[in-house]
Amino acid sequence: MNNLKVFTNGLFRENPTFALLLGMCPTLGVTTSAGNGMGMGLATAFVLIMSNLVIALVANIIPDKIRIPSFIVIIAAFVTVVDLCMAAYLPALHASLGLFIPLIVVNCIVLGRAEAFASKNRVIPSIFDGLGMGLGFTFSLTLLGAIREFLGSGKMFNLSIYPDNFGMLIFVLAPGAFIALGYLIAIVNRIRAKH
Amino acid sequence: MGKKLESNFKNMVLVLFTITLISSAAVAYVNSLTAEPIEEAKQAKQVKAIREVIPGKFDNDPMAEAWAEKTPDGGILEFYPAKKEGQLLGTAVKTYTNNGFGGTVWLMVGFNPDGTIANYSVLDHKETPGLGSKMDSWFKPTQKEKSLIERIFGFEVKSVEKQSSVIGKNPETQALAVSKDGGEVDAITAATISSRAFLDAINRAANGLKGSREQTSATTPENKNN
Amino acid sequence: MEYILIFITAVFVNNIVLAQFLGICPFLGVSKKVSTALGMTGAVTFVMILATIVTFIVQKTVLDPFHIGFMQTITFILIIAALVQMVEIILKKVSPSLYQALGVFLPLITTNCAVLGVAIMVIQKDFNLLQSVVFAGSTALGFGLALTIFAGIREQLELTDLPKGLKGSPIALITAGLLAMAFMGFSGIV
Repeated sequence: MNNLKVFTNGLFRENPTFALLLGMCPTLGVTTSAGNGMGMGLATAFVLIMSNLVIALVANIIPDKIRIPSFIVIIAAFVTVVDLCMAAYLPALHASLGLFIPLIVVNCIVLGRAEAFASKNRVIPSIFDGLGMGLGFTFSLTLLGAIREFLGSGKMFNLSIYPDNFGMLIFVLAPGAFIALGYLIAIVNRIRAKH
Repeated sequence: MGKKLESNFKNMVLVLFTITLISSAAVAYVNSLTAEPIEEAKQAKQVKAIREVIPGKFDNDPMAEAWAEKTPDGGILEFYPAKKEGQLLGTAVKTYTNNGFGGTVWLMVGFNPDGTIANYSVLDHKETPGLGSKMDSWFKPTQKEKSLIERIFGFEVKSVEKQSSVIGKNPETQALAVSKDGGEVDAITAATISSRAFLDAINRAANGLKGSREQTSATTPENKNN
Repeated sequence: MEYILIFITAVFVNNIVLAQFLGICPFLGVSKKVSTALGMTGAVTFVMILATIVTFIVQKTVLDPFHIGFMQTITFILIIAALVQMVEIILKKVSPSLYQALGVFLPLITTNCAVLGVAIMVIQKDFNLLQSVVFAGSTALGFGLALTIFAGIREQLELTDLPKGLKGSPIALITAGLLAMAFMGFSGIV
């Protein structure tokens, strides 16, 4: 498999949200607006790329039985780095993502890719895999965030499209997250079935 | 691919220990790099909030002249006096409430010298995302931002008149309450608890300010003439 | 009174799954049958309370005194991973029947973000140890409640005739949305 194929694989065919249903917690939790979704997606993408890179490098010297704990420590280190950098340079985004930043550690996508791809492949393909999966995740979070923001408060990336008196508040709240994602996956399934 | 290390006890302990050590060192390094910017970002946020809630330009450093006071329930209020040429322009009070839906809500409230509310700014909250964040603008006079559709088609949707602004009210003479509780401030739609908490924080700030003003005028009456 | 409030808030009002979006993976993954849902609840309750106690003590005796709060994420996740392994080993030796019931769920719990989430939340909320334990227990109960109700609905859902695209996870998510809406009704009780 060449690198481009690995990259587009994560972006479309095996999109972590729509095809694999991984990392649902941040997907539902932070997508109250397109901007939040994008910030969360990019933070996860960074962790994914870096941890894939490091794990592909060191996978050979890690004994099998402590594979998972070792991966978790490496991932947790990168998550803390992201957490600290965001607090320092993007305090507003850091505040609105809150608890979900440290929780990138337990995002199934990151550990899942480390286990399924990076530990078995060379460094370069692993980086492309992280890039593809990360951007695929960012894309779906931004899309869901945009839909919820538009339906819920009449805005898109904070730009007011229609008066928010007509917004359906439910889409900004918890139930709207589940319902919007449900229909989004249904539409994606439908498109997939046709191809 | 090369051969994997054998899973014996010595290897396992050694590898896991090394990984943890290197990771911790890396994180500690990043922490030392970011500690200062994080502190600066926090300070900048406070200074920005003070600037936002005090009307007009002040020429002193409110952070330097700040004082703090304990509230009866064990919390701490911080007071930041803003002055221009020695004259008090207003006082910014960093206040809180524990009655929020998701934990403590922190506000910066600016009071005019006569005790009326000049402006406020939400510092931190953990209320329901998308609802609690409406606090940022809900309790200020309506400033309608025209939406794209309204601008393109040139019409305007009249919004329902709500009486939710706290600006210009004086919580010292009458404590603020939401209209559901017989007060005169309309709560945020579907977020009465957050609204009550918000007003609680403001009342707390007003009481604290009143208390500290009475205290200073009682102990140092000569200051009044300055 | 304070503990009752923590309990009601954690179980109904701020339900960990339906209002805070933590632990969604097991919520969608192991909710096809009521019996497995109950097993998962048992395992999560056990680990969550244990993990909260241990991480709380470590935070107060190691991280705080040495000012290494930035190590929180790494420390907590390591403790949880180790704890899950230990519980698995001990359970296997001590109570094979309980291990049979819970064993398959244990490895899944390490990556259950609700466990790490609760451990971090009690520190952020500045709870004391007893409050933390009550909070962890009630949160786990709230998780179990949502999971079991959801599994009950999904058992019925299997038999319904659905449009092709909605089959499987989409309809599960939409159902969860309706359930979340029902839970919003509790928000008035505190």
